[in-house]
Amino acid sequence: MSLRTKTSELRKRMREAVQGGGQKAIDKQVSMGKMTARERIIELLDDKSFYEYDLFVEHAAKDFDMDKKYLAGDGVVTGTGTINGYPICIYAQDFTVAGGSLGYMHARKITKIMDHAMKLKVPIIGINDSGGARIQEGVNSLAGYGEIFYRNTMASGVIPQISVILGPCAGGAVYSPALTDFVFVVEGISKMFITGPEVIKSVLGEEITMEALGGAKVHAETTGNAHFWAENELECFGQIKELFSYVPWNNKKVAEPFPTKPPKSKYKISKVFPSEATEPYDVRDIIRSLSDDSEFFEIQELWAGNITIGFMRLNGETIGVVANQPLVLAGVLDVDSSDKAARFIRYCDAFNIPLLTMVDLPGYLPGVDQEHSGVIRHGAKLLYAYSEASVPKITLITRKAYGGGYIAMCSSHLKADFVFAWPTAEIAVMGPTGAANIIFRKEIAQADDPDKVRAEKVEEYKAKFANPYVAAAYGYIDAVIEPKETRRYLLHALDISKSKSVIMPDKKHGIPPF
Amino acid sequence: MATKRNKYESFQVGDTVYRTTINKMQKNRKPYTVPDARNLHAFIPGTILDIAFKDGEQVKEGDIIMYLEAMKMKNIIKAPFDGEIKKIYVKEGETVSKNHLLVELK
Repeated sequence: MSLRTKTSELRKRMREAVQGGGQKAIDKQVSMGKMTARERIIELLDDKSFYEYDLFVEHAAKDFDMDKKYLAGDGVVTGTGTINGYPICIYAQDFTVAGGSLGYMHARKITKIMDHAMKLKVPIIGINDSGGARIQEGVNSLAGYGEIFYRNTMASGVIPQISVILGPCAGGAVYSPALTDFVFVVEGISKMFITGPEVIKSVLGEEITMEALGGAKVHAETTGNAHFWAENELECFGQIKELFSYVPWNNKKVAEPFPTKPPKSKYKISKVFPSEATEPYDVRDIIRSLSDDSEFFEIQELWAGNITIGFMRLNGETIGVVANQPLVLAGVLDVDSSDKAARFIRYCDAFNIPLLTMVDLPGYLPGVDQEHSGVIRHGAKLLYAYSEASVPKITLITRKAYGGGYIAMCSSHLKADFVFAWPTAEIAVMGPTGAANIIFRKEIAQADDPDKVRAEKVEEYKAKFANPYVAAAYGYIDAVIEPKETRRYLLHALDISKSKSVIMPDKKHGIPPF
Repeated sequence: MATKRNKYESFQVGDTVYRTTINKMQKNRKPYTVPDARNLHAFIPGTILDIAFKDGEQVKEGDIIMYLEAMKMKNIIKAPFDGEIKKIYVKEGETVSKNHLLVELK
């Protein structure tokens, strides 16, 4: 046979394989507002950068007449390519092929591309769109999940791992996304749960729709399982591309620097910042008044809004921001916000991203539900994550920093490298009213006019302690600075922290309060 | 300015009242109430089987008042102390949701 005939046979085989589950299945996929697996990869990656592997892999199922069936590529597309010019490994489950069900060879393709990513030290993206385990393959499909989870864990903190949920992702399958760094969901398309509505109904009699149980909004707003929520797949891919502009390829690199740009003039601290500690403002306006080009890429925007996390750039370099958000619940710390911040801090630390912490909180959220949900254990994660982080840590106290909240928000005691405070900062063991009520309890109780005396004592306490100077007198604050000088101080602090190194005690790993 | 102020609510932490927004989680929280040992609730959704007592009858601590079948298991609903059945709120075969009041004792 000539080269030409051989080539045309290859082409014929390829044409068949990329048909996936056939036109009918593809039409159904499209009618649900979904792209096909290959379309998704091509849309997400740089133009013409995708190279596919294992196209001719066939499934290994023997029982239940499965050996007579052909499943194109065994229901998953794998390969390599680039995003913003950076190399990445990627896999996308193909729902048109046997519902994207995970069998032995399907899982082998995924673990093979994951092993590639680890060897090449480049990020891995997984696009999930699968009905779950391929029942006909029995324990082999369970083995497949286990092999994936193991690799997710080994790759954690070494290469960025991104999960994109573009279809169902149910049962054991959800644990791969949960082990990765960032999870993306799309309205109306993503569904994630351990046990579905049918099982819940038959066992417990509780009725719920798939959307209400584990739809995109649920995971973006309520469970915190998702980090990014989008209206449609294209918007989702835009978010992924933007994320990759902020993170390095692996844990031995730093994120690619951008050209530096000053903040936009419309974001002025003096315009948005109320000095009265009980008044709300949007901390994102303050972040944008400090960041390059006033850019801020927020993560988990819809969940635990009382703390704001995300990436910005200073002098072109990626910075991880953790900021109390006075706009929501006055910026208190609670179970969810502690989890949200702690995990992000560990992410930044693993990938050499310096941390900027912006402090303005009244303390922890009071309530039986919080205590019974384990706010002690969850709050401890924040202390652990900050203490453990060895990247440059810069803290800016803008207003309230009371009690345990002051300590937890990267205080100098948790080894922040620089702690700056605005003159509006109030660093104290508690708010002025509470403190005056305790310290001057007797005087207030014995006074002819207790309310008047209380008000006087609150003012007295405020004047003496509700400021940054008591903490500064002990050296717990490195500098009290004018708000408009903040960016200058931050740029210098970062510049001078470039060679920071911390010697950690000799240990295998710690035991964080998970 | 007046309209802008209205979008915020008062929220107390410690002795201080802050102006802020209250999120869904906080709005939906149920205030804590001290559990009343005289009221027996379904701790899991399920089906009621074999009710052994009637209103007004005496029970001894440990007596089996009824079964609550859930997750293919027959869960025993026992009297937590000696007393009297004030009222039984369910029928045999009835499906109840979690926290449904089953029996009131006195």
